[in-house]
Amino acid sequence: MKKYSKHCIALISVFLCANIYAADKSKLDDQTQIPAAPNKGSSEKYFQPPKDSDLQNNAFGDLVHKGEALFVNTKALAPQNVGNEMNCVNCHLDRGRKANSSPMWGAYPMYPAYRKKNNKVNTYAERLQGCFSYSMNGTPPPADGEIILALTAYSYWLSTGAPTGKALPGRGFDEPQPPKGGFDIARGKVVYENQCVICHGENGEGKKVGVNYVFPPLWGKDSYNWGAGMHRINTAAGFIQHNMPLGRGETLSDVEAWDVAAYVNMHERPQDPRLIDGDIEKTRKRFHADDGVNLYGATVNGVLIGQGIK
Amino acid sequence: MQILRIVYFIVIWALLPISGFAADGEAIMVHGGSNPVAMPCIACHGADGKGIPSSGFPRLSGLPAPYIEKQLYDFRSGARENPVMGPIAKALSDEEIKELALAYSKRPKVNVNNSNKSNPVQGSGAWIATRGEWSKNIPECTLCHGPDGVGVGDAFPPLAGQSPLYLENQLNAWKEQKIITPKKASHIPATRHNDPNYLMQHIAASLTEVQIKAVSEYFGSLGDSTEPFDESQHRLR
Repeated sequence: MKKYSKHCIALISVFLCANIYAADKSKLDDQTQIPAAPNKGSSEKYFQPPKDSDLQNNAFGDLVHKGEALFVNTKALAPQNVGNEMNCVNCHLDRGRKANSSPMWGAYPMYPAYRKKNNKVNTYAERLQGCFSYSMNGTPPPADGEIILALTAYSYWLSTGAPTGKALPGRGFDEPQPPKGGFDIARGKVVYENQCVICHGENGEGKKVGVNYVFPPLWGKDSYNWGAGMHRINTAAGFIQHNMPLGRGETLSDVEAWDVAAYVNMHERPQDPRLIDGDIEKTRKRFHADDGVNLYGATVNGVLIGQGIK
Repeated sequence: MQILRIVYFIVIWALLPISGFAADGEAIMVHGGSNPVAMPCIACHGADGKGIPSSGFPRLSGLPAPYIEKQLYDFRSGARENPVMGPIAKALSDEEIKELALAYSKRPKVNVNNSNKSNPVQGSGAWIATRGEWSKNIPECTLCHGPDGVGVGDAFPPLAGQSPLYLENQLNAWKEQKIITPKKASHIPATRHNDPNYLMQHIAASLTEVQIKAVSEYFGSLGDSTEPFDESQHRLR
């Protein structure tokens, strides 16, 4: 009997392990839509992260600086984890400090986060790993490794004094309302050509100096993949409306932001790493159907979107 | 006879690129354009095309040809007002502009020494250059002009390799100047209106006088490495 139960435990453990392994992929926190952040009162100021000069000169300060360096030069400093040509700072402007550019002080205090959809709790480390999988189309660094630790320390420090578990104004991208008559890709193309080509190029290819990108690619093999939050038109519209063109944020109208976001996000990019059985439709139903406004799995001008790119 | 004509034809076409292209751009630099109003470039931009820092005459060596062309056309149209360059640009032919731009673009590009990336002091020139002042919607200069300000593509010229005086003059040229005397306040309109997509005007207008001097000094002091620009290098921000 004793012998039998020992076998039984071993079997159960194997079964459990296998289950954990199978679930591991979804254990990563993905980049699905989060609820909108509250609006800021007109007299209210956005949360102010600490100044550089406030950082202590000790082991903690060193780790924060390391995190900051990774945040800015992600591709160059962590090439083993970044599969495209993106850096954290491309979407999180001012080194993760800028309100409505998904600042780290808006994200960090919201973790560990409960996800109703799959009844899971995701940690901040898992959320960062999700960025490496989707926005950077790469291989997530280990949760207890130095890269995630340094990025976590940097985010923690930027959140100094922020309340935990309370969504702050300026969190995320403050997405504008969709246009009344819907977005228009043809109108978006015109906006793109007038406002975006100068930096991001005719084919969304971005621009380099030496081997490093200065202006990030917006589509194609070196851009974010179909699982990234930025592939949602509403999310990209929020980023664009508040932050683009660089230094001239909030000059495009909400409609222009939506239209140009749709134009950018109708282009092919690397496949969603969660692709189910190589089937776009299955993947769309499972991961994209309820995830904001996006074109994954849709047909535009007779072409199926979401085929991915190598 | 027929063979001789063919040989003649081949020789002419083989020599044409040399005589018609690079040589002409270089010749205009030294001797000026066919219209004598277009003075020799080297008088102000130096024999090496690196400008005269103390006078604020800019470096042209290694700048992208489309950028130089655009500036000359803008001097001509008045989108970039300048009492010296305006008449010169009007005197140059389209062909001469094209050749000059090409010749300067082939000269050595600025290559700064690997700068010290340690943390700049908040509010310093290095800070504005690499961090910006986002509370006033001023992105770090390097975000568009590239790491160390070496320039990006055809639209974002190098800031490194230019003199502090030139950079300061340009930042001031983008903005309206207020002159306040005890008797009255007057405005001198901006003299540069040729920024693509209005990307520079609001930045110049939002920078303080002190910040303009500091950031100009920063890029002006990055120097020019003797090593040629290497496209295979990592250039970290």
